[in-house]
Amino acid sequence: MDWQGQKLSEQLMQIMLVAFGIIGFITGYALGSFQTMLYVYAAGVVITSLITIPDWPFFNRHPLNWLDASEVEKHPKPQNTNATSKKKASKK
Amino acid sequence: MHSFAYRANALLTFSLTVLALMCAMASVSDNFNSPSPTSQVQVLNINWFQKKPDGDDEVSLTLNVSANLQSLFTWNTKQVFVFLAAEYETPKNALNQVSLWDGIIPSKEYAVFGIHTNSKYRFIDQGSNLRGKDFNLTLHWHVMPKTGKMSADKIVMTGFKLPDVYR
Repeated sequence: MDWQGQKLSEQLMQIMLVAFGIIGFITGYALGSFQTMLYVYAAGVVITSLITIPDWPFFNRHPLNWLDASEVEKHPKPQNTNATSKKKASKK
Repeated sequence: MHSFAYRANALLTFSLTVLALMCAMASVSDNFNSPSPTSQVQVLNINWFQKKPDGDDEVSLTLNVSANLQSLFTWNTKQVFVFLAAEYETPKNALNQVSLWDGIIPSKEYAVFGIHTNSKYRFIDQGSNLRGKDFNLTLHWHVMPKTGKMSADKIVMTGFKLPDVYR
């Protein structure tokens, strides 16, 4: 999952759980059955978990562009010289 | 959101929070119910009325208790606990309550009932004050919910009197 996908997954999870909670409550209250409310909500939790937990492709629509391997070789990492060991003067 | 386990944990805890809110709303919905229970009690017979060797009075009654408690049940009611208490005043105590009979009503179908019974528990006074005593028979009930707040109420039935002499 990419970052946008993670945000989408979290939002979907929260909205779906609250929605199923409300639907379950209204259904149970209208039918006068506490058990119905619990079953509807439990089904909602299962559906929500199936949609938001696994790493589906639609969560990966904004993939990160990692640097290509050939580019990495053209720009070698800086060497760790003696000048950088005095950290008191320099701020990151 | 970084891994399967993270998302699963977040979903689980949030779903339980939402469930707690739903149960709170269910409990609040009980307040919209305005019950109208009725009941009636008759003392059919005073079986015996004695002074025990330790000095306390004891009386045994046969009662006929009938009631209609159906309006107390809501979708959020697990059961109703009902008991009948004899209430009277003595010089020593401003209020004496002696439970004579109790029962559990598991659902609305059983909430209309008429019981013909001996007193289930012993009616013993603290002392020897029961001769000629006027007492009330009060039907108390506790409505126990499936989730949330329990409520209790009662109906007071007055006009009962014990005999003046022991039998």
